[in-house]
Amino acid sequence: MFFQETVSQAPQFFGLVPWIVFFPVIGLLFNIAFGGMILKRSPAGEKIVGWVASIASGLTFVVSVLLLVSLLGHPEGMVVPLAEWIKIGSFSANWSFQVDTLSVVMMLVVSIVGTLIHIYSIGYMHEDVRHNGDPGRYGRFFVFMNLFIVSMMILVSADNYLMLFVGWEGVGLCSYLLIGFWYDKGEDGIGNAVAGKKAMITTRIGDVGMLLALFAMFWAFGSLDFNTIFAKAPQVAAASPVIILLITLFMLVAVTGKSAQIPLYVWLPDAMAGPTPVSALIHAATMVTAGVYLVARSADLYILEPQAQFMVTLVGSATALFAATIAVGQFDIKKVLAYSTVSQLGFMVAAVGMGAFVAGMFHLVTHAFFKGLLFLSAGSVIQGVERGAHHIEHDPKLKKQSKSLGPDFDPQDMRNMGGLRSRMKVTFWVYLIGAISLSGLPPLAGFWSKDEILAEANKLYIWAYVLLAIAAIFTAFYMTRQVLMVFFGKPRSAAAEHAQESPPVMTIPLMILAGLTVLGGLINLPEFHTLEHWMEHTLGQAIHKAEFVMLVAALSTVLALLAIVAGWWFYNPRRYEAFWAEPAAKRPDDPLRRLIGPLFELWKNKYWIDELYWAAILNPYIALSRFLADVVDWRFWHDWFHDQALFGGFNRLTGLLAGRIDLGIIDGIANGLGTLAQRVAAVLRSVQTGFVRNYALSIFLGVVIILGYLLLR
Amino acid sequence: MIGDIMTSLWAILPVIVLALWACVLLLVDLWLPKDQQGSQQGESNSPITPLLAALGMLTSAAIVIARIGQPTMGFGGMMMADGFSHFICLLLLASGLVTIGLSHDYMKRLGIARGEYYVLLMFSLSGMMLMSMSADLIMVFLSLELLSIPLYVMAGIATPRPSSEEAALKYFLLGAFASGFLVYGIGLVFGATGSTSLQQIVAVVQSGNYNLALILGGAALIITGLGFKVAIVPFHMWTPDAYQGAPSAVTAFMSVGAKTAGFAALLRVFVLAFPAFSADITPVLWGLAALTMVLGNFAAIAQRNIKRLLAYSSIAHAGYIMMALVPYGQDGLSADSVASALFYLVAYAFTNFAAWAVVIALEQAGEKGLELQDYAGLGRKHPALAAVMAVAMLSFTGVPPTLGFVGKFYLFRTVLEGGHVGLALIGVLTSLVSAFYYLRVIVVMYMQEGEPEARREPWLQAMAYGSAIGVVALSIFSAPLLFLASQAVLKLF
Amino acid sequence: MIPLSFYLIFAAGLFSVGLFGVLARKNAIAILMGIELMLNAVNVNLVAFWRYRMPEMISGQVFAVIVFAVAAAEVAVGLALFISIYRRRGTIAADQIDLMKW
Repeated sequence: MFFQETVSQAPQFFGLVPWIVFFPVIGLLFNIAFGGMILKRSPAGEKIVGWVASIASGLTFVVSVLLLVSLLGHPEGMVVPLAEWIKIGSFSANWSFQVDTLSVVMMLVVSIVGTLIHIYSIGYMHEDVRHNGDPGRYGRFFVFMNLFIVSMMILVSADNYLMLFVGWEGVGLCSYLLIGFWYDKGEDGIGNAVAGKKAMITTRIGDVGMLLALFAMFWAFGSLDFNTIFAKAPQVAAASPVIILLITLFMLVAVTGKSAQIPLYVWLPDAMAGPTPVSALIHAATMVTAGVYLVARSADLYILEPQAQFMVTLVGSATALFAATIAVGQFDIKKVLAYSTVSQLGFMVAAVGMGAFVAGMFHLVTHAFFKGLLFLSAGSVIQGVERGAHHIEHDPKLKKQSKSLGPDFDPQDMRNMGGLRSRMKVTFWVYLIGAISLSGLPPLAGFWSKDEILAEANKLYIWAYVLLAIAAIFTAFYMTRQVLMVFFGKPRSAAAEHAQESPPVMTIPLMILAGLTVLGGLINLPEFHTLEHWMEHTLGQAIHKAEFVMLVAALSTVLALLAIVAGWWFYNPRRYEAFWAEPAAKRPDDPLRRLIGPLFELWKNKYWIDELYWAAILNPYIALSRFLADVVDWRFWHDWFHDQALFGGFNRLTGLLAGRIDLGIIDGIANGLGTLAQRVAAVLRSVQTGFVRNYALSIFLGVVIILGYLLLR
Repeated sequence: MIGDIMTSLWAILPVIVLALWACVLLLVDLWLPKDQQGSQQGESNSPITPLLAALGMLTSAAIVIARIGQPTMGFGGMMMADGFSHFICLLLLASGLVTIGLSHDYMKRLGIARGEYYVLLMFSLSGMMLMSMSADLIMVFLSLELLSIPLYVMAGIATPRPSSEEAALKYFLLGAFASGFLVYGIGLVFGATGSTSLQQIVAVVQSGNYNLALILGGAALIITGLGFKVAIVPFHMWTPDAYQGAPSAVTAFMSVGAKTAGFAALLRVFVLAFPAFSADITPVLWGLAALTMVLGNFAAIAQRNIKRLLAYSSIAHAGYIMMALVPYGQDGLSADSVASALFYLVAYAFTNFAAWAVVIALEQAGEKGLELQDYAGLGRKHPALAAVMAVAMLSFTGVPPTLGFVGKFYLFRTVLEGGHVGLALIGVLTSLVSAFYYLRVIVVMYMQEGEPEARREPWLQAMAYGSAIGVVALSIFSAPLLFLASQAVLKLF
Repeated sequence: MIPLSFYLIFAAGLFSVGLFGVLARKNAIAILMGIELMLNAVNVNLVAFWRYRMPEMISGQVFAVIVFAVAAAEVAVGLALFISIYRRRGTIAADQIDLMKW
């Protein structure tokens, strides 16, 4: 009864837009209701469950394409209301969808990459659930994946910040659920769950920023609708610029949380604990770009506040360089890609910060293609190695021949790979395409989008250009290192020797993504600027014309080539094999260490940032709570609740000591807050003595204080 | 004269029906066949008593519904049956019905099924309904006692279980103590203005013929007495013990019913009688709300017993509702303040019943199955129940799409419009803290291994699923509910 | 005539005595007696206010009577509870009834 007639009256296909949410909802409801039964009863159960989810996701792609077609005729787009949600007084927030050129670009990216990854997962999860020993979770995976598509679509199609926030929290929830998908695995059996918790809590710090931005917007504009806010923004900015600055900076906090920028990026590398399709979809292609989308969507606010733009650019370009250096020092194939993602997100954030919204969105799109491709291929590599290990375990002859792999064998460690080029041909070629695109060599997609950002930076903020250009050099270097270590030379472990290629259900999506990576640059080639003209309808005045600067393009190509040559020099098969052949005790873990030992140590340990958070935030918290517990609590309550305080205080003290020694050096912020809260709780608990008269005393004291305040003021 | 009496009785007809029905039910129950094998004296396993009680509540509810939109006044202005009281009465009657659903099998299972239980429930309910109607401080006191005394007995109805008796004792002693403060405060207001009727108090205040110190002292003591019922810090300390000791179904009723009625009285008394003193009283309410949110949420973290955890959670939520009261006297905001409090009460009622239904399903005889650890593995073994609990926990935390989120949203909005940014900030931060212990329940249910035992009792399950579905569905289409709440704004005739 | 303030001070004193009883006595019956004293102080207040401020209306007296009645009802429930607890535990010292805490 709340459906409004406008849905059916919308011109062309705009009315279909709610279905981008409804299709995956139907898919996930189907799998919740029947998934378990199908998996149990039918031998082809996994295929049914997987394809239902994939088709649900694929239908959203169809709808997105229809919306695209409609937009060609009506480029101004429209707002499609679905239902009334909240209405109090003059304020209202509705479930309604904003269809414009910006949101449809996001919908297309999410749906096409999402669909391909769903299909890939049908094959990937088939092995993954067996490898991890619980095939029953197959259905759950696809339910969560569809739920993610639902949330992401709500996020990108919202016409107001409140609905956007619902999607924003929803994708965070899905991320948490999927990082901890194998929650009983990982370090000490809780490693993955801890990673999920870290992601949840770290991004929640950003979400507080988002909430504060919402409050501030409501306070300043009396509304949370995009159109109302953007229309009123110049007026408000003229009256009090501070409020716009506050809103945009609070949003920046939200961006650093969700898009993994300094200082809140620490959760993203740990998030690689999730299954690889999750890393590809959520932690590379779509969810983490939500921050970029948020800034682009709020372009009308940001262009009013150059200080905020400066801050965003600074955060983005610093992150880009910082994370790129860390990626050089990693050995885990997924960790390299994770830090690369952080770095590339830095490029996008810097771009939207500079006001180059089109360049940022362009890079978002191409990055979604090639980074999704790289992650999926990495998943294929890992499973290939796992298959090799499996093969050895079940072949007694081979098992005797080759030294046992042992329980510590890590199929993600690049030092255990090598020579996969000939064993996994398809994976190799698509990986190479992705790597070249990421390194920024023409004519692949990554070159065009990255170059547009660099050209803008060169024009607007020269320091940002320098940071980003150096980051680009590192990018080409670590990708060369990774490709050489994984695919070239001789196999360095028995598992790699027997690695096997993945099934077609996995490789075909890879090939499609590789095709997109090759052709993705077409959407905004210099001189044509298709994407730019397309975005003009939405961003309007916020857009500024991109130029293709030959010098910048040539310079970055040369630099990338130089970095690749440098990489080849360090890691070429012959040299690396010679290095590898040295006795294990004498040689360091990486050839680079010979040249720049201390620096490599710094990169490998990620600049000790996790440890720094521990020292700067966690330890002071412990000291404070120790002070509260020992001095305030102990002395003050001691005489009051003799036995309880004695007993409880002893427990607290020992708990504190045990806690200091026990807690590992991870999750600085998360555990620190938790510890503080627990200590406070323990103090409060000791007040609850169980004696009626103490309770009466508390009531009496309350009365005295209130009366005292009211009468003696 | 007769006409006056008839109008007066007509005004409180739903309560009269309920109370008389309860009296009759007390007699009827005596004639119903008793279970001869029951271990307890007077144990009744007959389903007739609860059915009749439910019928009585439905009758009362039908009368209330039939009269929506027709405000009436009775007893010379002492009772008001207006939109506000209709809203509260319906919420209370719904709570009573849910409680019957939760109680029937549970009481049998624990061997404490007694016919009087439902009679006491109805008496307490009529006290709560009277409270929402009273527009006179004498009536506030009288209805407070009418709702409390049956609750004391209900808390102890699981006798001879020591914890139940202890809960009753603590609740009784402290309740009587707090009502001493309340009635002293009413006495002071009476002395200050010469009247106990809210309307006349307002009139006297406008004429300026009153004693400020007495009236402020009286207001403080009224806050104490009513704050005790709704579990505001520092008058909250009975809550965890009473909630833990009382039978879970009683606790569920107590936490929703007493809180709803208490806030109804607080809202009516302060919005109608004391708006002129809001500059003085608002800081007190501000402080109490902040203290309650902080203490309730932090203390809950240390709890391992699910009933105590929910008790602290209920304290914390009293703090959130209290926030709505803070801007009660600001121009044009009192309507928002009442509406957002009412909405949050509904959100709290649904969420709370969902959570308690799960607790009741898992509780075993002898107070077993109540530790957090007993919930390990619930997600695998009883996915539906675990989902209900998860929805309740998310709603308590305030995560969309749940009713708790929408409720918090309105609350924060009201508070921000009143200009109390600091309080809103405390509210947001403490709900962040609350995620810590609410999420822990979810983690234990879904991510730890265990073999929990849960009952499959039809009524109990219906209540659990119904509440959980309500929490989600009403959040998505919350507009009609909020419309009702905003229609229930308080105003003088 | 004795001024109103005498009554009020007397009532406040009586209230405090009752309060002290609640906070200081261990026996639950003594605590209950303290509560009764507090309620009686209220009654003194009510009647005094009525007599001095508006002797023409009876609401003060009526309120006092209602307080009596309610107090009696409370005591009835309370004493029944005490007896039940005493039978089970052999004590009604409030400080020994602390199964539930923290």
